[in-house]
Amino acid sequence: MSDDDFDFYHPVDEDPVRKPDPTLGKNLNRQSEPEPDLLAQFLNPPPVPQVKPPRRQRVVLADPRVAANTLRARVELEEQTSWGELLIKDLVKEQLRTGLLLGLLVVVLLGALPAVFFFLPDFARLTIVGLPLPWVILGVLPFPLLFGVGLWYNRLAERHERAFVDMIEN
Amino acid sequence: MQLNPWALTGIVLVAVVTFYLGHRSSRFAVSTSDFLVARRTVRSRRNAAAISGEYLSAASFLGVAGVVLRDGADALWYPIGFTAGYLALMLFVAAPLRRSGAYTLPDFVEARLGSRTLRKFSTTFVISIGILYMVPQLQGAGLTLATILPVPAWGGAVLVTALVAINVIAGGMRAITVVQAFQYWLKLFAIAVPTFILCMVFFAGGGPDGARPLGSAAPPVFVADTTVDVTTDVTIQVKWKVEFSAYGKVDGGPAEGPGFWGPDTQHQVSQGTKLKFTKGTPVPVISGARTANADWLRPNSSGVDNLLGTYSLMFALFLGTMGLPHVLVRFYTNPDGKAARRTTVHVLLLLGLFYLFPTLLGALSRMYVPQLLITGKTDAAILQLPTAMLPGLGGQILGAVTAAGAFAAFLSSSSGLLVSVAGVVSTDVFRRGRVRDFRLATALVAFLPMILAVALRSEDISFSVGMSFALAASTFSPLLVLGIWWRKLSWHGAMAGMVVGGGLVLAALVITLVSGYTGGWAPWFTSQPALITVPVAFVTTYLVSKATRYGVPGDLNGVMLRLHAPDPLGFMRDRAVARFGQQAEEKTRLSKGKHRK
Repeated sequence: MSDDDFDFYHPVDEDPVRKPDPTLGKNLNRQSEPEPDLLAQFLNPPPVPQVKPPRRQRVVLADPRVAANTLRARVELEEQTSWGELLIKDLVKEQLRTGLLLGLLVVVLLGALPAVFFFLPDFARLTIVGLPLPWVILGVLPFPLLFGVGLWYNRLAERHERAFVDMIEN
Repeated sequence: MQLNPWALTGIVLVAVVTFYLGHRSSRFAVSTSDFLVARRTVRSRRNAAAISGEYLSAASFLGVAGVVLRDGADALWYPIGFTAGYLALMLFVAAPLRRSGAYTLPDFVEARLGSRTLRKFSTTFVISIGILYMVPQLQGAGLTLATILPVPAWGGAVLVTALVAINVIAGGMRAITVVQAFQYWLKLFAIAVPTFILCMVFFAGGGPDGARPLGSAAPPVFVADTTVDVTTDVTIQVKWKVEFSAYGKVDGGPAEGPGFWGPDTQHQVSQGTKLKFTKGTPVPVISGARTANADWLRPNSSGVDNLLGTYSLMFALFLGTMGLPHVLVRFYTNPDGKAARRTTVHVLLLLGLFYLFPTLLGALSRMYVPQLLITGKTDAAILQLPTAMLPGLGGQILGAVTAAGAFAAFLSSSSGLLVSVAGVVSTDVFRRGRVRDFRLATALVAFLPMILAVALRSEDISFSVGMSFALAASTFSPLLVLGIWWRKLSWHGAMAGMVVGGGLVLAALVITLVSGYTGGWAPWFTSQPALITVPVAFVTTYLVSKATRYGVPGDLNGVMLRLHAPDPLGFMRDRAVARFGQQAEEKTRLSKGKHRK
């Protein structure tokens, strides 16, 4: 499963000055061709150069029907051109920021509680609907909170990813 | 304990259904891929039920009520922590981990950092965490069975081990997925129904006669004449004068008849002693627990050590979930990163739904079965509460329901752990992907925790499970969090973090064990080390990575791409299938047409 050696366009002419630049180019270790023997070339003209068919490449994709745009974008990303690298760093940063902010929200809300109960014992003695307030705050309320934050993060993360894919596919 | 035939029936039923479901699915488990991964034909919602079912171990089912009985409001952090851990998993780890294609944690380590040394090294920690988590499950099983039947405590441990090992050997992951999903709903039923019924009984009857209100400054009292069988040596603290009759050995000397304990004293009661208390006597508690109901009701009422211990526990639970072996393996059954995230949302809902109930039962048991506070076997609270509240047939049937639920809890979490740890052992230690290796690994891995469960004294389930969370949080969470989000993590840093974090937690564990046997002199941070060990592990990982920049993998950009690029772009790779599954799948495809689901 090596994506490293796909090679859509085998360069046909050996012109050292101007190499054709395939849109899906790749750094290959190209060995320089030996100097052509002029006499031999005159006597035996080289045959018409055959275009090598593109080498088969096994691409592992989640969706077998991949849009051409996506394939191109994917390859560009993998080429690690600076544009691709920046993009993915941006996405990573955005997802991390979302995760950290929501995590911080939960940590602050829940983490403040032990300190509050410790430093304000009168607060811990309140009752609500006959039940002691700390038991309601600790035993019932955190679960909707955690579920809600989870749902929210899921929405945000999926939105970021959709935006990224849309941007790539243009 | 009197024989409760309904409970026995319930347990047998659970065992039989588990086995049947496992067997039915195992007929389709043919390739290694099936064994290790359940071939990824599992739908998101069923997967969520399976994850929750597996995650709700004995600690959640029995342990939470037990620790609420003993510690009151401070114990409420356990359910919060277990659920918040899943949220942390989702925020920081879920989708990238699935996209990495890693099947086990050592697999992820190699995928991210490219180091085989580190991979082998992390295997040892995975096995430690797995064993540390499994031992309390087996001890809990022993306790449950000993409550129902007159069998010794190790009987349940051996039985559950055997049952689980057979199930896993027969069908692997494929077999237990269906089983886990069924067991979540069973456990929810087994805890919700008794809770509803007992709460109705409580509100209708206004509590047992003569019970102390939960908020009073006095200790709980016995609501009926009670006989307590002391099955292990205990140290009891007495704050109010207690009159009793004892038959056995108390404070080193023989006791045959009535006596009393003065206020503010401590006494040793030896194994095999029977203590009889009359109705209305204040309950002496095992030393270290809360004596008065008022202290029990208020959270964080006993000092700074207790406050720090709470924060430490939260740290351990919040960051430890992502490092548990059976959690990650279950993740792999999702098709892609987005599904992994969605599944986690469902899991949060299912867990939150469950944890409302054990708390209520724990509070009720403070009133109805306070005698458990003497022996310290508070984990049996849910099992004994129904018969204490509803004498007669109703109580017996409800007791059977809770016992069946508890049994389901042991079976499911032990199965999940066994599959994941055996998977790690067979892929990393035996290093060939044959089904036979997996089965051998299962047998080996099942044996050691069984021995430990029988040999070691049983602690509170929640405590032992908390320790395994602390170990997971100190070893794998720095690796996962920094590895997924920080490019500059080097394998030296990861290894240093694991060594330091894991070493500190294991040292704390040893100290706690020793101090438990020799008088309890250890400070708070040895039983709840996470507040110290987790930041130390993170800082170590960070600093060593900064110092060893050459340890960063070569294809770092490709790796980060694979972890973070959204699924439609198709960078995800399946490592396990690539390694083992493809040959196995080819073989099964070419073999004589066995019907595959």
